[in-house]
Amino acid sequence: MTIPAVTPVTPVTRSAAPLLDIQGVNHSYGSVAALKDISLSIADNEFFALLGPSGCGKTTLLRSIAGFETPTHGAILLDGVDLTTLPAHKRPVNMMFQSYALFPHMSVEKNVAYGLESEGVPRAESRRRVGEILEIVGLTDMAQRRPAKLSGGQRQRVALARAIVKRPRLLLLDEPLSALDRKVRAEMQLELKRMQHEVGMTFVVVTHDQEEAMSMADRIAVLNQGRVEQLDTPLGLYSRPATRFVASFIGSANLFDGRATTDGIDVPGLGTFAVPSELPSGSSATLVVRPEDVVLVGPSEATMSGIVVDTFFLGGSSTVSIEVPGQEHPINCTVHAANVASYGDRVGLKFDLPRCVVVANPGG
Amino acid sequence: MLLVFVLAPLVLILGYSFFQRGRFGGVVFNFSFDNFARLIDPLYVNVIMTSVGMGLVVTILALALGYPTALAIVRLSPKWRTIALVAVLLPFWTNFLVRTYAWILLLNNAGWINQALQGMGVIHEPLTMLYTPQAVAIGLLYMYLPLMILPLYSSLASQDAQLVEAATNLGASPWRVFRTVTFPMSIPGVLTGCVFVFVPAMSNFVIPELLGGGKTVLIGNLIRDQFLKARDWPFGAALALVLTLLLIALLVAQQRASKRLTDGPEERKVSSRA
Repeated sequence: MTIPAVTPVTPVTRSAAPLLDIQGVNHSYGSVAALKDISLSIADNEFFALLGPSGCGKTTLLRSIAGFETPTHGAILLDGVDLTTLPAHKRPVNMMFQSYALFPHMSVEKNVAYGLESEGVPRAESRRRVGEILEIVGLTDMAQRRPAKLSGGQRQRVALARAIVKRPRLLLLDEPLSALDRKVRAEMQLELKRMQHEVGMTFVVVTHDQEEAMSMADRIAVLNQGRVEQLDTPLGLYSRPATRFVASFIGSANLFDGRATTDGIDVPGLGTFAVPSELPSGSSATLVVRPEDVVLVGPSEATMSGIVVDTFFLGGSSTVSIEVPGQEHPINCTVHAANVASYGDRVGLKFDLPRCVVVANPGG
Repeated sequence: MLLVFVLAPLVLILGYSFFQRGRFGGVVFNFSFDNFARLIDPLYVNVIMTSVGMGLVVTILALALGYPTALAIVRLSPKWRTIALVAVLLPFWTNFLVRTYAWILLLNNAGWINQALQGMGVIHEPLTMLYTPQAVAIGLLYMYLPLMILPLYSSLASQDAQLVEAATNLGASPWRVFRTVTFPMSIPGVLTGCVFVFVPAMSNFVIPELLGGGKTVLIGNLIRDQFLKARDWPFGAALALVLTLLLIALLVAQQRASKRLTDGPEERKVSSRA
């Protein structure tokens, strides 16, 4: 892969600098702002996910990196070279499209060879590299077929092979698994992760599916309404959500709105919880309690009690919904044994406070 | 119902083409291949060749003009796209004779083009443009250009825009994207447009008469003359049959080529074995 000769904006040493550096990128469609001052950097060999609900701007950001959208402000540096000065076909970045966008009039082999031919790679070398890649994705037997004669999973592999055959520094994947059914999707998640290790490439994947992002990515940027809400590891996002949006979007959570105090949070109807936060005393805040941090206990230890209104058996564990007086929503609690509680039981519960988090509540 | 309207005339033509002309016109039901034997007469072969030549020239010109036009229309914003398509179709809704007479006004020796050129001092003697094969070609081109643009437009407009992005992302320059993706995928539209222009262009009989002054005889004129002037219905039917067969052959070829584009060569082997 050759990086086109463009004067670097800032002289950088490779090892220290991130591979991709997005600096203050803004984008708007007419008067609608799609991206608001996005800044983030992605390290070499990282599996990075852009996660968010539809319309959050994640696809716009991906398309800006690929060169199909031009940001109104900001720079996107790859190895210190500003990509926004290059036309889309000269960017050393390949993309796997959501619809795969395979060329229907070309065989699998021709599809995969397309990028190499565009680059002027000699025929023999192109043939060899296409053969290798088809071997990796397990489609050697399908080389002469047209995309119309392949299954969904096979098409996805062709799209992936076509995108990685040029060995780009950076591979962009737009909802790579959304067109597959559930079972194939789980297999492909593992396969993508394995592939990323094998080819040693930086992957940036866009997805709206938090499970997908959590299971594959090293780090995740959660986007909402054109802004980065939080950038962290999957574990960090889950255990230390920075905003109310992240807390509700990632995994399931019991959210209790209240007011921050000097050493915790005061939730009306439940009492005060000693969960420290940086929030100024008296401001609107939300206590985030994961279902597994709600503990069923005997009356002596309980800080509150309620009536079981629902139980969901999930195999290894069960989720118990408990209606607590004064609370609008029932509190969800994960228990690891069946028959701990059943419908109509009165149970005592408490929160595992060291694992709970208090975040600002912008809506309150 | 459809069968009656489509097949009955064809069967009639097929039937008539094997009979003979009566002394005062009319048809004598005498089975023979005479009509087909007459087709090889150099006189008629010549007319057929001229027609095919004229058809090819008009088709190539229509493609050369129509493709960039269709491509430009597809790239317009939705609002301008509608306006452009209406503009392409507009001539179709005005009377065809009026439009052809308009060309006479433009092309004749004292016509507007000659007047303008003389007025500007570019030429001193009027150019002879009317009643030439070129005038016929221009008239046919003008008449059938929309039949080229519309199938091209619909083919180009239905292409997945992501394919262009995918090719660009893989490092293809805009010209390579056109050459390897946009154009190959529009080939069914190109072939449809070519058949739509070629067949009526070579069988039109009004334009050769009005703009060609009857000097350029196409197969359409010949057929018309056999039915209306020579009153030789059987020979006219034989000529019409040749034209119909040609059309069918072209349509079959076009279908096959289009199918091959998406299914690939592999598919053909399978179906030919079956």
